[in-house]
Amino acid sequence: MHRKTIDVWVGLFVLLGLASLLFLAFQAGNMSTLSFGQTYSVTGRFDNIGGLKPQAPVKSAGVVVGRVGDISFDDKSFQASVRLDMVTDYKFPKDSSLKILTAGLLGEQYIGIEAGGDDKNLAEGDRIVRTQSATVLEDLINQFIYSKAAEGKEGSE
Amino acid sequence: MIARFFGYIGCSVREGLAGLGFAIRNFFILMRLSPGAFRRPGLISEQIHFIGNYSLLIIAVSGLFVGMVLALQGYYTLNQYGAEQMLGQVVALALVRELGPVVTALLFAGRAGTSLTAQIGLMKAGEQLSAMEMMAINPIQRVLAPRFWAGVIAMPVLAAVFSAVGVLGGYLVGVKLIGVDEGSFWSQMQAGVDVRADVLNGVIKSFIFGIAVTFTALFQGYHAQPTPEDVSRATTRTVVIASLLVWGLNFVMTALMFNK
Repeated sequence: MHRKTIDVWVGLFVLLGLASLLFLAFQAGNMSTLSFGQTYSVTGRFDNIGGLKPQAPVKSAGVVVGRVGDISFDDKSFQASVRLDMVTDYKFPKDSSLKILTAGLLGEQYIGIEAGGDDKNLAEGDRIVRTQSATVLEDLINQFIYSKAAEGKEGSE
Repeated sequence: MIARFFGYIGCSVREGLAGLGFAIRNFFILMRLSPGAFRRPGLISEQIHFIGNYSLLIIAVSGLFVGMVLALQGYYTLNQYGAEQMLGQVVALALVRELGPVVTALLFAGRAGTSLTAQIGLMKAGEQLSAMEMMAINPIQRVLAPRFWAGVIAMPVLAAVFSAVGVLGGYLVGVKLIGVDEGSFWSQMQAGVDVRADVLNGVIKSFIFGIAVTFTALFQGYHAQPTPEDVSRATTRTVVIASLLVWGLNFVMTALMFNK
């Protein structure tokens, strides 16, 4: 075969491979949701982050408005310190609150942010004070047993 | 008699080690002579054509069928737990992480590896390599190195095509044939397949497999005895050794890459 024809076929071959790779990255993978846009970081402290992982979504009203960045342990307050990378387009008031929620019954955990009523918005590096930790199954069971026991005692009195 | 038994074991171990060292030394010689091969990219692209383009059909068809079978088997099991929406994620992760690189490497060893070994072995049997040495052309640089780099380039491409066609095959069977919800098929897949952790690791795996399989094929061909019987035995050795290498390397890489 002539050298030029071979080069054309080889070029097509490599192009096909690149196209497959891009298909896998965008259509099958999560590349399209990786935000390369501008973000600003805020932090929040939690008593228990449960199963929260980095890159978990931060959602408000169910829409993804940011991602969880770093998770670290603060040994002065003995709480978990979570850094959130929020998309710059979405501004939240300074007294917004954070909750750790679970997607579905057995799904991944994510952070839900609820807007407060303050005039001033969160800026880079701010700390969100109102946080609610993840629900731990054992505590729920203890609560349930305790309330059942209290009911039983009231009934017998 | 027991002494002879131990002597036999010691001899085999020593010969095995010597063989391994010999192979590694040849690998470094190949690396050293590669820049000369890069100065003639026409040779490399010609080899990519023979190794890659001609393997495309079997890789694509295999990928399609693997994806379709994954979708069928995955659906039967997931349906028992009411989790059939996860079918997309199961098919994509299985392909991208493991089946794409490994099955492509095995097919590549069988198709391209044997043809490389036979080609080089016949060149040696026909004294073409000696003739090249007489003309002061280094046969490793002229013949082996372009084929090596062609194989290393072609393998990741073929693995990507395998995985992509497999995902499409899974889509055809899962969504079109069985009736899994199309939206959740793709969205669960996108939620579960991470570009860095999964797709990139699969590409790295296929790259390493390309090096291992292509080098094995070239080495066996180059060091075969210049007789037709030994050339055919060398092609068998290529497939066996390359397959074992692929499985061993895959286990090591999976253990390294996919531990949370």
